[in-house]
Amino acid sequence: MTLDNVKPGYCGTITAIGGEGALRRRLLDMGLTPNTMVTVRKVAPMGDPIELYLRSYVLTIRREEAAKIEVHGVSKV
Amino acid sequence: MSFLFALVGNQNCGKTTLFNRLTGSNQHVGNFPGVTVEKKEGHILKHKDATIVDLPGIYSLSPYTSEEVVTRDFAVKEHPDAIINIVDATNIERNLYLTLQLMELGIPMIIALNMMDEVRQSGNSIDVKKLSDHLGLPVVPISASKNEGVSELLDVAMKVVTEQKPPVKLDFCVGPVHKAIHSIAHLIEDQARVYDYPTRFAATKLVEGDAPMTEALGITENQQHIIDHIVEEMEFELGTDREAALADMRYSYIEKICSDCVTRHQETKEQLRSEKIDRFLTHKYFGIPIFLGIMLLIFWLTFTVIGAPLQDLLERGIDWLTAELSHLLVQVNVSPWLHSLLIDGVCAGVGSVLSFLPIIVLLFFFLSLLEDSGYMARVAFVMDKLLRKIGLSGRSFVPMLIGFGCSVPAIMATRTLSSERDRKMTIVLTPFMSCSAKLPIYGMITSAFFPKHGGVVMFSIYVLGMIVAVLSGLLLKKTIFRGNPIPFVMELPAYRMPSPKTVALHMWEKAKDFIRKAFTIIFVAAIVIWFLQSFDWSLNMVEDSSMSILASIGSVIAPIFIPLGFNDWRASTALITGLTAKESVVSTLTILTGAANDAQLGGILQGIFSPLSAFSFLVFTILYMPCVAAFAATKRELGSLKSAAATALYQTCVAYLVALVIFQVGSLFIR
Repeated sequence: MTLDNVKPGYCGTITAIGGEGALRRRLLDMGLTPNTMVTVRKVAPMGDPIELYLRSYVLTIRREEAAKIEVHGVSKV
Repeated sequence: MSFLFALVGNQNCGKTTLFNRLTGSNQHVGNFPGVTVEKKEGHILKHKDATIVDLPGIYSLSPYTSEEVVTRDFAVKEHPDAIINIVDATNIERNLYLTLQLMELGIPMIIALNMMDEVRQSGNSIDVKKLSDHLGLPVVPISASKNEGVSELLDVAMKVVTEQKPPVKLDFCVGPVHKAIHSIAHLIEDQARVYDYPTRFAATKLVEGDAPMTEALGITENQQHIIDHIVEEMEFELGTDREAALADMRYSYIEKICSDCVTRHQETKEQLRSEKIDRFLTHKYFGIPIFLGIMLLIFWLTFTVIGAPLQDLLERGIDWLTAELSHLLVQVNVSPWLHSLLIDGVCAGVGSVLSFLPIIVLLFFFLSLLEDSGYMARVAFVMDKLLRKIGLSGRSFVPMLIGFGCSVPAIMATRTLSSERDRKMTIVLTPFMSCSAKLPIYGMITSAFFPKHGGVVMFSIYVLGMIVAVLSGLLLKKTIFRGNPIPFVMELPAYRMPSPKTVALHMWEKAKDFIRKAFTIIFVAAIVIWFLQSFDWSLNMVEDSSMSILASIGSVIAPIFIPLGFNDWRASTALITGLTAKESVVSTLTILTGAANDAQLGGILQGIFSPLSAFSFLVFTILYMPCVAAFAATKRELGSLKSAAATALYQTCVAYLVALVIFQVGSLFIR
């Protein structure tokens, strides 16, 4: 499934990063690489963006971007 | 022997704090040539011969943002003697990602492992010796905020820069990536030397498919063929694409290092605390009200509680000085024109703008607190969805909100936006937020024309400004600022106490900037307006300003406003003087109409305007180009007079069009 469908309080392991160009590069640079464990922590008040926890830091991305990230093994933290 | 250091690191890793520690207040702020990316440099304390440049906070050396390109270019073209790479120890994995890329530049390097106090306090640890062995670089544990380890860092840095040994370890790649980098390095070695690029760095960038590097090295078609082939082979063997392959290679190597050097039992105290604070500050229902409450509090403190008395005091000081100077000038018997130039021109003009200084400094004090504590990132998180529709991100919200107070600090505050495109767009849109200097104009018009509906008129004017900003944003997004916005992928740093020194330096810097403006561009503008107001075409001083050059210019341009519903030289003249400071519209109208009091002014205004044309005049006043002080800020932040002039022209055209539509459509209904 894609990361935008993961509920807050659940985590999963990244399998692939879609998208292209600057955006994709940025996601990779920030450590969203395959086999990384990522937790969805929160959703912003207006429903977007979402707050992630990975590599022991907090990152926020928009749903649109999260939809390009494939995760598997989603489970409650 | 003089040395040049480059200070490089991620955002939010304490870079500014370290820079301030290393240089004291002895620093110079400017822009990198051609872009509006801030460049700070200073001499290192006790090492007068060593200069350090604070490069923008970045996460990678990719070619997409101007900050990244600036850092690359600086490292490659300016040949710093050494790089001080500051690494946030609480967030070491992601920070080392940049380190691995910096090492490829072949410049002597030192790692400043910052926030080690927080790591230790939470019972975690990092084996500095091991980390240093893995990287083949000196690593110095520091705490910039507590000033621990900074002098040791400096000692090591001076040693490294004198010895001039480039990083020894470069091979953190394995398998197919290793093969590809080395094959390409071999292929382009000569070009890299000729064009003065570190071979390893150039090769890695070519593997990544970095367009600027391909161009910079003058890669031939034949070579491109070979490179493509090598990369395809690598991609095939790994089953992934080039960019992911390299990111994965770096992170895998970092994970290996960290599993050997970092012992991490739990999140740091600061991270745990941040999570708790965010339960309130980014709460689903309370997040937005809390943010608006904080902004209201800042406005109230700035404009009412602290700012107003200070402004009052400063105004009184300026008035006193002006009176003393006037007295002195009369005593030494200077000619009346010189007296008028100094008193009515310079003192009045610069003085009225300078009296805004307390408000600007105060706003920057609060903004600095918001930024340095880490709250600004939360504002962006909470407000992002709202601003995305006009092609901006949540980060632009605060400058736009400040715009309701004063456009000058609002425009200056865009400096904190991480994308150049967002920065420029926010600068263009912010003046549409009705600033506080326009309030007297609303007061004048509403009391004369809409005494019973003042509140409604005022509210509609504010809303109109916002609507125009939104529509303008949509238009700009589709035209000038087309192209992809920088993706909103932002770190939410742990909340930290802002350092008083950083806040103080920030305020001082903004104050200095504003004072410089007051005595340059605003000074000149004040003199020009004074000249136009005090002389007639035969260069005689006039008693009655209705005979002045300014008045005749006002009469010439007055017909331009016929389609907007008013054609009066006094109104158009007031619009010109409004450029020095918006509230001058009121004083000019008072002087030119010869009104003795507000009631009389109201009566005369009713002769100039109909209620509808008065509203159209009001609309034009809030939307047309901002005052000279804001214009000067625009020029500085956009980096060129031409762009600032284009912005002003755009704003004035928008004002004209909107007022035109309102008057013409309104005329259909009101007869």
